Amino acid sequence: MIRILVDPVACDAYGYCAELLPESIALDEWGYPVVDGTPLPPELVSAARRAARDCPRRAITLRERKSSH
Amino acid sequence: MPSAGDTLATTARYRLLGHPADLAGHLAALGPAPLPSNASRGWREAFSAMLEASGLAGRGGAGFPAAIKLALAQNGRPGGTIVVNGMEGEPASDKDKLLLIRSPHLVLDGAQLLAAATGSRRVTVCVPEGREQVATAMQSAMEERVAMRSAPTPEVLVRPPDRFVAGEESALVRWVETGQSLPSFRPDKGIALRIGRHGALVHNAETLAHVAMIARTGPEEFRSSGLAEDPGTSLITISGAVVHPGVVEVERGTPLIDIARRAAPSGEPQALLVGGYGGAWVDPADFDTPYASLSLRAIGATAGVGIVIVLGQNACGLMESARIASYMAGQSAGQCGPCVYGLPAIADDMIRLARGEADPGLLVRLQRRLSEVEGRGACRHPDGAVNLVRSALQVFSTEVRAHVSGTPCAHWSRSTQLRFPAGAWGARP
Repeated sequence: MIRILVDPVACDAYGYCAELLPESIALDEWGYPVVDGTPLPPELVSAARRAARDCPRRAITLRERKSSH
Repeated sequence: MPSAGDTLATTARYRLLGHPADLAGHLAALGPAPLPSNASRGWREAFSAMLEASGLAGRGGAGFPAAIKLALAQNGRPGGTIVVNGMEGEPASDKDKLLLIRSPHLVLDGAQLLAAATGSRRVTVCVPEGREQVATAMQSAMEERVAMRSAPTPEVLVRPPDRFVAGEESALVRWVETGQSLPSFRPDKGIALRIGRHGALVHNAETLAHVAMIARTGPEEFRSSGLAEDPGTSLITISGAVVHPGVVEVERGTPLIDIARRAAPSGEPQALLVGGYGGAWVDPADFDTPYASLSLRAIGATAGVGIVIVLGQNACGLMESARIASYMAGQSAGQCGPCVYGLPAIADDMIRLARGEADPGLLVRLQRRLSEVEGRGACRHPDGAVNLVRSALQVFSTEVRAHVSGTPCAHWSRSTQLRFPAGAWGARP
C-alpha cells in the first residue's frame, strides 16, 4: 500500500501536486498541500508519481507501507 | 561522616533535589556514579536491562521510554555524543534550570553512564545564551569533575540560542552540528539522530538525573513511587495564581489539584494549565486526574513538560490562551507553511474572540484552521499550539458563547497571570 508524504520543510506551496492529484491532495488557505492520509487507490499511483516528480521542491515522496495503520 | 553506602541505605527515599551541589558533597552523599572501568558488553547489557526494568520515560515532553532510546543509540556506530538538553524553552518551566544549578553532578553522572553504555566520546551540555547563572553552575561543576577525575568522557558546555523550538531534539542536534537551530523533518522517529556519521543521544536534564539515581539505587527504588505503568517522580514547576510558585518533586499519579495545592493557590482555581504552552487546560471537573501520561491523555491533556499553572477566578482563559497562541506563533522556526501562516491566523482568531470582536464565521474558521494545521509541521510545535487552543475552546466553552455574542467577560483586558519572556510579542495582544 502506498501513501503520499509531504516534507513540510521543503514545500514552498507551488501547488502543482494538488492540480495533478486533486483526488488526494487539497490546498489549505495558504496554498500548502493537505494530504487526506488514506492509502492511495491503485488507479491513482501513476498520477501520484507524476506529482512527486514534478514538484519543484521535491517535497513529495511516495512511501510503501506494509502495515495497515 | 558515614560512607557513601551508609548514606544511601539511610536515605532510601528516591529524590532528585536536595542533594549537595558541589562535587565533594555530591560524592559524600550519593557515592560516585557506578561507572565501569571498562564498559564491557556484559556491563552494557546489564545497564540496558536496569533502565528497562525501571520503566523510566523521558521528562522533556515526549515521554519516550529511555530504554528504547538507548537501544536505538546502541544500534548506531559508537563514538558519538550524549547531548544534555538543558534548553528548557517553556517560559513557565524552571525545573531544569533549578536541577542544573542545584544538582549539576547528578545530571552529568547520568550523561556519563549513557556515554559508557553507548560508547560515546563526548558529553555536550546545552544551556541557552543569556542564562548565565545556569551556565556558570555547569561550567564550575565540569571543572570540579576534571580536577577530581570524575568525568571519564569529556564534557563540554555549548550555548545555543534561547528560543522555544531550539530545545526540540532534532533542532538541538542540528545546531550542535551546523550552528543552525532548525528542527528536521523525520517521518520515522525510530531512526537515531546523528552528528556527522556518529550517533547523538539527546536527553532532557531531568531524565539524566533520574538515570544517575536509578543506577545508584536500582530500578526498584525508582518504581517504589509513582504508578506501575508510569513510575517514579517528576519535577513540576507551579505558577500562576498561587502564593508560593516554584518547583516541586511529585510522584507520578499525584492528582493535579494536589500538585497545585503544594504552591498554595490564592482562591479556587478556575482551571489548570498542564504540560506547558503546548499542553492543555484542565476543567475543575477533572482536577482529580492523576498526573500520569495515560490519565492525562484520556482528558485530552498531556504530561508534556512538568508544568502546572493555576488560573485564578479573575482571569480570562480565552485571552490567556490568545496570548499563548500569539507567543507560540512568534516562536515558530519559520520552516513549514502550516506553522508559519497557520499559527498567526489561529492566534488572530483567538484575539478577536477574546476581545468580543468575533465575526459570524470565526468559530467555524478557527476549528477548520486547527484541523488543517495539526500534524503538518516537521516538528510538534504547531500541534502543541493547536492542542492548547482546542482545550481552551472546550474548558472555557461558556465564555466562548459570551465572547462570540459580543459580550466578553470583565477580565479579558486584565494583565496576564502567565509567564512570558520579555519582548516575546511584537505587539501585546
